[in-house]
Amino acid sequence: MANFYTDNPDLKLHLQHPLMRKIVALKERDFADAEKFDYAPLNFDDAMDNYDRVLEIVGELCGTTIADNAEGVDHDGPTVANGRVTYAPGTQENLEGCRKAGLMGMSMPRRFGGLNFPITPYIMAADIVSRADTGFENLWGLQDCAETLYEFGSEEQRERYIPRVCAGETMSMDLTEPDAGSDLQSVMLKATEQPDGTWLLNGVKRFITNGDADIHLVLARSEDGTKDGRGLSMFIYDKRQGGVNVRRIENKLGIKGSPTCELVYKNAKAELCGSRRMGLIKYVMALMNGARLGIAAQSVGVSEIAYREAEAYAKDRKQFGKAIIEFPAVKEILSVMKAKLDASRCLLYETSRYVDLYKAYEDIARERSLTPDERKEMKLYNKLADACTPLAKGLTSEYCNQNAYDCIQIHGGSGFMKDYACERIYRDARITSIYEGTTQLQVVAAIRHVFTGTYSQLMANYAEMEISEELQAQKAIVEGLVAKYEEAVKAVHETNDSCYTDFMARHLVEMAGDIVMSYLLMTDATRYNSESLTRSAKVYVNLAAADVAKHTAFIATVKPADMAQYGA
Amino acid sequence: MSLNIVVLAKQVPDTRNVGKDAMKEDGTINRAALPAIFNPEDLNALEQALRLKDANPGSTVTILTMGLPRAAEVIREAMFRGADTGIVLTDRALGGADTLATSYSLAQAIKKMDKVDIVLCGRQAIDGDTAQVGPQVAEKLGMPQVTYAEEILSIADGKATIRRRIESGVETVKAPMPLVVTVNGSAPDCRPRNAKRVMQFKYAVSPSEKEKLSDELKALVDKRPGLNLQEWSAAFVEADPEQIGMPGSPTKVKAIENVVFTAKENLVLENNDEQIENLVKTLIANHTIG
Repeated sequence: MANFYTDNPDLKLHLQHPLMRKIVALKERDFADAEKFDYAPLNFDDAMDNYDRVLEIVGELCGTTIADNAEGVDHDGPTVANGRVTYAPGTQENLEGCRKAGLMGMSMPRRFGGLNFPITPYIMAADIVSRADTGFENLWGLQDCAETLYEFGSEEQRERYIPRVCAGETMSMDLTEPDAGSDLQSVMLKATEQPDGTWLLNGVKRFITNGDADIHLVLARSEDGTKDGRGLSMFIYDKRQGGVNVRRIENKLGIKGSPTCELVYKNAKAELCGSRRMGLIKYVMALMNGARLGIAAQSVGVSEIAYREAEAYAKDRKQFGKAIIEFPAVKEILSVMKAKLDASRCLLYETSRYVDLYKAYEDIARERSLTPDERKEMKLYNKLADACTPLAKGLTSEYCNQNAYDCIQIHGGSGFMKDYACERIYRDARITSIYEGTTQLQVVAAIRHVFTGTYSQLMANYAEMEISEELQAQKAIVEGLVAKYEEAVKAVHETNDSCYTDFMARHLVEMAGDIVMSYLLMTDATRYNSESLTRSAKVYVNLAAADVAKHTAFIATVKPADMAQYGA
Repeated sequence: MSLNIVVLAKQVPDTRNVGKDAMKEDGTINRAALPAIFNPEDLNALEQALRLKDANPGSTVTILTMGLPRAAEVIREAMFRGADTGIVLTDRALGGADTLATSYSLAQAIKKMDKVDIVLCGRQAIDGDTAQVGPQVAEKLGMPQVTYAEEILSIADGKATIRRRIESGVETVKAPMPLVVTVNGSAPDCRPRNAKRVMQFKYAVSPSEKEKLSDELKALVDKRPGLNLQEWSAAFVEADPEQIGMPGSPTKVKAIENVVFTAKENLVLENNDEQIENLVKTLIANHTIG
């Protein structure tokens, strides 16, 4: 029986990172729950054993039911009638499997019925689910909204809603509107306060993933007459209240099992979550950061399945009397796919660990005030998480698209037919670099950390870490890349031309990503003494060197005056 | 109505994943090379038991397994999926049992339990493929039996309505309780392990396993009654020594042959009656058929 966790030894490696000790200790408050809950861990090893066992359940469900259903779900898709969505039969079976396996509300505290898992093993589950069915990862991964409800809702709201999520009810985040996509400040959905303190929502939302969810988090305009983000608040809409109907579901290129809905709100009764006016500027930003990490995990899952399908086909397909994997051109494609996959995964878990650490401190701060040292650490990890999240979302999603492209290329003409999984993978991959903020918007979020030096600081940290004898040559190459990167950053910065800086931002961010991922691969390969990561580190460093050379050449060639060539 | 449900489960070598080293030189099974698993059709039976429990609040599902002490593994596996507790029937005297001795021993154990409403088990185990144990248990307990079951449709007025798979289709039967039901592999798959239950019951141990735990874990097991599985001996279930283990097993294995396909050459026939007839004659002559 296929198990997508146990058949992928790299996952276990990433779970063993030394920072996990600190993450688990913070998350479990030194294992205080063990007295109250019979499923709470007794100590660090017990907690790690729990993650391992639960991921094994995830791996089994994904390797059997969810992967087996993926093709049918892509074909059948959801349907809508009388304002309600019906999932494809395979999707229903997948959700039922996840509920029975108790895989909903994984990161929620035990007092609400959750498993109290840190983000890292939860994100690992998302990585595994996405490999089985990328579109289903959306429905399952929307449990992440509970995190925002937990962070900003009142205790009473938490008690009412979070246990329902843990029991398997689904969620949605209703943000986008016809005229408010990337620019969420333009959200128009109207929220009107009632004398009893509840609110009525009126208007239209578009492109809402799982829009017929049981529990919605809704961004709406609560302040009459305002036009910007400061007039927006976040609301909780409970489907049991009624008032929101699905007008249509989109016919999409990929992730076809995940219903993307147009919603009509007609006096839909809702309740305020958190404080008025903080909807966009605080809560949705937090929601989006969590969702971006989720998309990075989804992207890594896509890269994984793309690589596996490509490798299997290349071993099987014979031309000119031998398997095509024997040809250098194919070998290069596969090695580069694997390097991109491994690099993406290193960055994903590096990011999830930083998110874990700052969120754990943030949560402790809800119970007691932090010591000055703890506050300092929280700020540091918060900054690192802020820097790594857009980098991870932006680059892993681009890589998974490249891997999906190469997966079809390896399949040749057969890959262009509907007969192989690779065509679905290719279609499913495409959305990852668009939703939850396009790659271009990830660059906007990341460029700050190029100029404030967060990435440089990370690189300096990695340079101090142990790197194996076998990777010393690569280490020297990467040190050279750091110098080139710093030079390029300086050159762009010194122009003092904000238009030019925006124009070059993508190039600088990609260079930062090349170097950060090179270091992560080298240090992880060393730490885990992994042959396959060492191989990928070597291939990736070559790729990074070529990429950095390309970007530096572009920056050196195209001066501010040349932007006119691009109409900029 | 709450029910006392017993599921008979067997830990078996995974004969579906037989590698080159599955057999030893002497033709016996190399157990070390085959992972021990929950007999697949017993999982189908467990799912039926758990559905009965879901539909009849207050019901309990108890796993009964006979085997080596390590067979407690199947009890934990069942508990991860929803079973309440389990008993390992283990004793040196029970070793070497054939289906007759096994069913006698299991029946003795079931007699030792409080009121049992329904006994479920898989149609057959993948190591022996006899399909005899379930029916023999029913005979020894004097209970009606429904074999090849696919779904227990309802329980009402002391009767179970069951759909069973037969050669040419399905048939629905009604039987009085208590009864024994053997469940077919075509019945719904067992539900997955549940994350919380895995964390809750991973330290559930039989007394002999408990001995090997650290002091900290022993204390934990003492504190939580649900983590204590039972181990029953032949004497405890008042089994007649003549009817268990080797002495109670009339089945004797004469020889085990390791069949290895050695033919290497292919034979290509023309599509005509004459050539096919010649082939059949050859096969009869060399005793391949007939």
